[in-house]
Amino acid sequence: MKLKSNIATSENGFIFNPATGDSFSGNGMAAQLLEAMKSGKTEDDIKQDILSRYEVSESQLNSDWDNWMLQLKEANLLEI
Amino acid sequence: MEKLPYEKPYIKKLQAGALNKFGSRTGLQPFKSIDGVSVKSLIENYGSPVFVLSEKQIRKNYRAAYRAFSTRYPKVQFAWSYKTNYLNAVCQIFHQEGSWAEVVSGFEYRKALGNGVPGNKIIFNGPGKSINDLQLAIEHDSLIHIDHFDELNLLLTLSKNLVNKPRVAIRINMDTGVYPLWDRFGFNYENGEAWSAVTKITGSGSLQLVGLHCHIGTYMLSADAYGIAANKLAELAVRCQTELNHKIEYLDLGGGFPSTNTLKGAYLPGNDTVPTIDDFAEVITSALLNFGFANDDLPLLILESGRVLIDDAGYLLGTVIANKRLANGKGAAIVDFGVNILFTSFWYEHQVSPAQDFAAHTENMVIYGPLCMNIDVIRESINLPLLNPGDQVVVHKVGAYNMTQWMQFITLRPAVVLIDEKLRTHLIRKNETLEYTAEPELVPAHLNNNK
Repeated sequence: MKLKSNIATSENGFIFNPATGDSFSGNGMAAQLLEAMKSGKTEDDIKQDILSRYEVSESQLNSDWDNWMLQLKEANLLEI
Repeated sequence: MEKLPYEKPYIKKLQAGALNKFGSRTGLQPFKSIDGVSVKSLIENYGSPVFVLSEKQIRKNYRAAYRAFSTRYPKVQFAWSYKTNYLNAVCQIFHQEGSWAEVVSGFEYRKALGNGVPGNKIIFNGPGKSINDLQLAIEHDSLIHIDHFDELNLLLTLSKNLVNKPRVAIRINMDTGVYPLWDRFGFNYENGEAWSAVTKITGSGSLQLVGLHCHIGTYMLSADAYGIAANKLAELAVRCQTELNHKIEYLDLGGGFPSTNTLKGAYLPGNDTVPTIDDFAEVITSALLNFGFANDDLPLLILESGRVLIDDAGYLLGTVIANKRLANGKGAAIVDFGVNILFTSFWYEHQVSPAQDFAAHTENMVIYGPLCMNIDVIRESINLPLLNPGDQVVVHKVGAYNMTQWMQFITLRPAVVLIDEKLRTHLIRKNETLEYTAEPELVPAHLNNNK
């Protein structure tokens, strides 16, 4: 589950795919996850970091992560 | 260290092209209480889902409607349309306010009697009255609105040797410029069928023709159509007077006034498009006042409104069961109430509000009910904030028809709660139980394994 290498992201949640011209806006959590994914952190590291800093249960985060992956896949932002 | 508030990660594709002239914000606010009673406490005390009705709003609606007509016309009477919502507590609110009962079946007729409505204040409409129903209505001196010639002939037979002639009216269908015409109920005005019925009744000597009735449609978005209907009924009443020397005591303009729900497929929300009750009152009363009745000889004006008096006083509270993402990436929420208890979701794009604080981002999603049936869709497309399982939602303007047309299907029907004017809550219909649904069932001995 790796973000495509050519995807441009900004710290406030703007996402641009130069290959397709598509652009997206994300909320604060989306921006954080994208930044973490771009930096090469593993899924477990990213989740641990979020759990330590945010008011969220592990089960909720896990289900939201699955949903997040579906959104990225649908947006064509993941390496196949 | 205190942890930061969390929100679900969410991205939204940015679209190039013309801007939506309505903007992207939905103006959505959490809807946390009804008449000051918190949604959370209602669900805690009565379960989820649960219907909630506001007595304050029902009375407010009734008084506004009555005022709209009675300030324009001297003789006005409302009759509560039982089929819209015939929970006894609801009917009693309308009867306390002065409404008669308008019923369309023997079942509803007996319900009205059970609610203590005097027989002469029950209007009996509908195409499906049985002999027993008609006899009961005759015994109680009710106003029987005849739908077709077979019913008229039956009534003539039943009333042959009676001392007190049954009081009847005829239902009339007509062209009011709104299509399709509702010609399945009553006698047609334009082709002379209605006049034939009038002469047959007055000539029989065994029935009293006291009124003329029409009900030109439902969820009517044109007030002018009622002006046409009022004129046609008045014309017939005057013709009765001049040609038959027979006075018509009342004109019943029926109902059909819309609530402010948004119809499916409508471009603009219902709040912005439907005429107000004052618009209808103005058109109807003007038509009657200008028709040429003598001032002291105006017929009583009867109205049988249902929906407009109760829709916005009803709420359905429920809970999110799960979220999922569909194959095309679109979000979906599954809630614990289905179309079996929210019949009006086939007609309206119901407003749905979260009942707790939420993050600013909204997502376009589908709301599905819990039934394992493809048709169980509450909203096909709605912008809502990201919801979590366990979050509570409120569906607005569900007071009309849902609590009568609901079905026990796959799930059990929920409780109905009334919030009175002093903000006390009352259970006015218990939630169904397995025992309740099993009670009328019988299992033949050779199939009974629980001997």
